[in-house]
Amino acid sequence: MPTKKLPVGILGGKCKVLIQENKIMPNTYELVCGLEIHAELKTASKMFCGCKNDPFHAPQPNTYTCPVCLGMPGALPVANKKAIEWTIKLGLALGCKINLFSKFDRKHYFYPDLPKSYQISQYDIPFCYDGVVETSEGPVRITRIHLEEDTGKLLHRSVNGAEVSLIDFNRSSVPLIEIVSEPDIKTASQAKEYAKKLRQIIRYLDIADCDMEQGGMRLEANTSLRVVGEQGLPKYKVEVKNINSFRFLEQAIEFEMQRQAKLLDAGESIPQETRGYNATEGKTFSQRAKEDAADYRYFPDPDLPPIRFTQAQIDGFTADLPELPAAKAARWGREYQIEARFAEPLTAEKDEAAVFETLFSQAQTQKLDCNKLASSVYNKRITWPTAESIEKTLMEFAAQFKTDTVDTSQLEQAVEKVLAENPDVIEKFKAGNMQVLGFMMGQTMRQLGGIKPDPQLVRETIGKILKTK
Amino acid sequence: MTNTHTMTLAQYLKGVAEKQFSPTEVTQAIQAEISKVNTDLNIYLTENEQAVQETEAGSAQPLAGAAIAVKDNISTKGMRTTASSTVLDTFVPPYDATIMTKLKAAGMSIIGKTNLDAWAHGSSTETSQYGRTLNPRNPEHLPGGSSGGSAAAVAADTCIAAIGTETAGSIRQPAAWCGVVGLKPSYGRVSRSGVIAMASSTDSPGPITKTVEDAAILLNYMAGHDKYDGTTSPQSVPDYTQALGKSIKGLKVGLLYQDIAGLEVVNPHIQAAAKVLEELGAVVEPVAAMDPHYAISVYTVVQRGEVSSNLARFDGIRYGNDRSFFGDEAKRRIMLGTYTLSKGYADQYYTTAQKVRTAFMQDFQKLFSNYDVLISATSPSFAKKIGVSENAAMFGELEDMLLEPSSITGLPGINVPCFHDTTTNLFIGLNIMAPMWREDQVITVADAYEKATSWNTWRKV
Repeated sequence: MPTKKLPVGILGGKCKVLIQENKIMPNTYELVCGLEIHAELKTASKMFCGCKNDPFHAPQPNTYTCPVCLGMPGALPVANKKAIEWTIKLGLALGCKINLFSKFDRKHYFYPDLPKSYQISQYDIPFCYDGVVETSEGPVRITRIHLEEDTGKLLHRSVNGAEVSLIDFNRSSVPLIEIVSEPDIKTASQAKEYAKKLRQIIRYLDIADCDMEQGGMRLEANTSLRVVGEQGLPKYKVEVKNINSFRFLEQAIEFEMQRQAKLLDAGESIPQETRGYNATEGKTFSQRAKEDAADYRYFPDPDLPPIRFTQAQIDGFTADLPELPAAKAARWGREYQIEARFAEPLTAEKDEAAVFETLFSQAQTQKLDCNKLASSVYNKRITWPTAESIEKTLMEFAAQFKTDTVDTSQLEQAVEKVLAENPDVIEKFKAGNMQVLGFMMGQTMRQLGGIKPDPQLVRETIGKILKTK
Repeated sequence: MTNTHTMTLAQYLKGVAEKQFSPTEVTQAIQAEISKVNTDLNIYLTENEQAVQETEAGSAQPLAGAAIAVKDNISTKGMRTTASSTVLDTFVPPYDATIMTKLKAAGMSIIGKTNLDAWAHGSSTETSQYGRTLNPRNPEHLPGGSSGGSAAAVAADTCIAAIGTETAGSIRQPAAWCGVVGLKPSYGRVSRSGVIAMASSTDSPGPITKTVEDAAILLNYMAGHDKYDGTTSPQSVPDYTQALGKSIKGLKVGLLYQDIAGLEVVNPHIQAAAKVLEELGAVVEPVAAMDPHYAISVYTVVQRGEVSSNLARFDGIRYGNDRSFFGDEAKRRIMLGTYTLSKGYADQYYTTAQKVRTAFMQDFQKLFSNYDVLISATSPSFAKKIGVSENAAMFGELEDMLLEPSSITGLPGINVPCFHDTTTNLFIGLNIMAPMWREDQVITVADAYEKATSWNTWRKV
C-alpha cells in the first residue's frame, strides 16, 4: 500500500562524538538502569484476529491480513486466549503476581504503521506485576508484564524513481509482550545477563522465538547516572532504542555511562531523550527529545470485554509450567552430582537440556560419572550429544574413561619397576613431596601399556608400596 | 397484483410461499417506487444494481429474496459504504458485516444503502454530508436519525423492511417520527462486526419494519453470538415469532417520565396507550426513575470519547479522503472526546461517566424487580421541521433523552406508533423497554398493543 513519503529521517542521523574511546568513567557515578523488553509471542494466529502469525516468513507483504488487523471500519478485535495464557505463564515463571481481573486499553497515537491510530495495549491493569529475575549481580525486579499488539512495518523504497513509504501489515496485530523492569540494574553486564536470562526463560516456556535480528525481541534501556551514595532516581532518563543484540546492549549502556558521566562532570544537565544505537560506530545518537507529557488518551477498549481468571485457573497454569533452567541445574546437582559450573550452561537451551537429561540418566544407569560426562560435554571433548547420538556419546565417554580389571601382582610389579628406575622418588616422598604421586601415577600407567586400570586403585597401590619403603 | 411494494415482510413471505407473486416482481416494484420518490426524499445513497439478481438467488431461502434497506454505516462487501461522510466517499468494504452475512444467507436482497447522520452522529439526518432525508409522511419534516434513511425507506414503502443501528435512540426515534416499528436489541444480542463504530459500548444493530411481527422475523436472523465480536452474548437466541400473539394479562408495566417537563405534547398519548395495555389485562403504574437528564451527560462524555478514538483511523492514508472531509458535527465530537480522554481529564469525565452509568443500571435493575416492562414516549415531540437541527449541537441528545438511559445500560426497547395526527400526517411513538435479553417480552407487549390499536398504517384492524 503506497503512501506519501514520510518526513521522518531518524535513522542514520549524525552522531556527535562526545567522548574519546576507552576513557575510564569517573567512579563517582553509578548506573541506574531499567529495561523494557518486547517479545513477539509465537501463537498460531494473531492477537486479535485469525490471521496467521508468521511475519518473518510471509511470502510477500500484506499476505497475512484481514479487516481486523488492517483496521478496516467496523472490524472488531477478539482476544487470543492462548496469548493471554502465555503471558500469565511467563509472569508465573518470573514470580509475578497475577491480576485476576484485567482488561485491554486503547493507546492512541498517529503513525502510518498503526492502522486504527490506536494500539490495543494494557494501561493500568497488566496481566502480571511484581516479579523478579535473579542475576549474579543481584535481583532485578519486574515491574509488570503486559500484552499488546504489534504494529505494521514501514518500508521506504524507491518505486519507478519515486521515493515512497510502503506499509506491510503482516506484523500488524501480532501478539507482543512488554516486560518492564525496575531500575535495579547497576552495570552493563548485569543488563546483559538479565536480558539473556529473560530470553532463556521465554524460550523454555516455548512462547516466543525471540529472534533479535528480525525484531522478534527488542531491547530498550532506560539509563541514567547518580553519584554513588545518593538515593532516589535521577531527574533525567535517557532511553536507548534500536538495540538488536545482547552485546550491543552492553556496549550501548557502557557508552551511555561514559557519555553521561562526561556531561555531569562538566556540570551540564542531561536532557530527557530517546537515543538510537549505531552498532557500527558503537555509539548512541539522539533521536528525539522525550515528550514529557506524551498523552496517549488511554481508555478501556469497549470492543473487548474485561478478562477474569479464578485463582484455580492460575494455579492450573502454575502446575503446567515446565521446569525452568535454574531449577533444572539445581536438580542435576542433586540427582547426577553435576557441578553448577557445568549444569548452568548445559541447561541454557531447553531442547539441548532435554537431550542432556536423557544422556545423564542413561549414564547413571550405566554407573558412569555424570559430572565427568557433563564436563566432557561442556568442554566439547566428546561428540556433541543429540537425540540420535546419545548412544555414541556414551560409548565414546565410556571408552575414554574405561577401567580395565588388572591383576594386583601385575600392578604391584609395575609400581616396583618405576620405583627401581626412579630411586629419588622414595626420598622425595619421605620428605613430604606429594607431587611425586602424580609422577608415579603417570609412569605406572605407562608401564601397564594398553591396560587402563581404575586410577583410584593405582593411587592406592602406589601409596601402599611407598609406605613400605 | 398491484402495490406489492407496500407489503409487510410477513405478507411478502406468505405471498411468495403461496405463489401469489414472484419475489422478482416485488423487488422490481420497489425499484420503481424508489425511482419515483428518491430524488425528492433522498432516502438511498446507493442503490444495489444487483438487487434483482440477489432476489432471484435468495428466493428459495427463508427470507425469499426480500428487498431490505441497509443503513449505510453497515459494511457491505463490494458495495460502497460511506456512513454518510465524504471521508468514505469511495470506500468499498472488502467484507460483509456479520448481520449482512446472516441476512444474505437467509435469502435477503439488499435493495440499497440508506442515508444517516454522518457517522450516525445526530437525530435528524441533517448532519449527513449527502444532504438530509425528508420524512415521507410529510416532507416538510425530518425523518429523525441517525437511522433516518432506513425509517424513511420503510415509511415510503421503498423496501420490505430495513436495518438500522442504534447507539442512543437511532432506531427508535426515527421509527417514531416516521410512524414505523423500530427494535433496538440488547447490547451484545446482535453482532456489531462490520458496523462502522460510533460508540462501541452502546452500538446495537436492529430491524426497522412495518410491523412488530416483521421485527420479530428479522431479529431471528440477526441475533446471536458472533466469533467476530467479543461483546456478543453466548446465550442462545429464542424464536422471537413465538413471542407474538401472546396475552399480556397480569403483566406489570411501569409508566416512566410522567413528571418530566417538555413532554406535554406526547404524554397524553402515552397515557392513552397505557390505558390500552390495561384493557388488555396489564397492570400499569406510574413509576419514578433516575432523571434522564443525567443520561445525556453520561452518554455525551462516553460517546464523544469513543467517537474520537473510533474515527482516528480515518487519517487520510488508506481511505481516499483525509480528515479535512469531516463535517462540523464529527469535528465537534472528536474535539470534545479528545479533551475528555486527555491526561488529567479522563478521571474527571470518562471514569465519572462510567460510574453514573452503573448507577443507571442499578436503577433499572430495581425497576425491573417490580415491573416486567417499562413504557415511555420515544421522542418528546412529533417529527420536527427541516433545518431545526442546524446550529443546535446538542439537538440529538435532547431528542433522544428518553431513550438514552436504556441505551447506556444496554437494554432492549421498541418503538410502536401510538398516535397518528391525520392533519399533519405525523406520528407519536411508544417506547417499550424490558430487562437485558428480554426482546421477547418487548415484542409480546408491542405486538399486543399494535394489534389492539389502529395506529399502524399497514395493519387493517
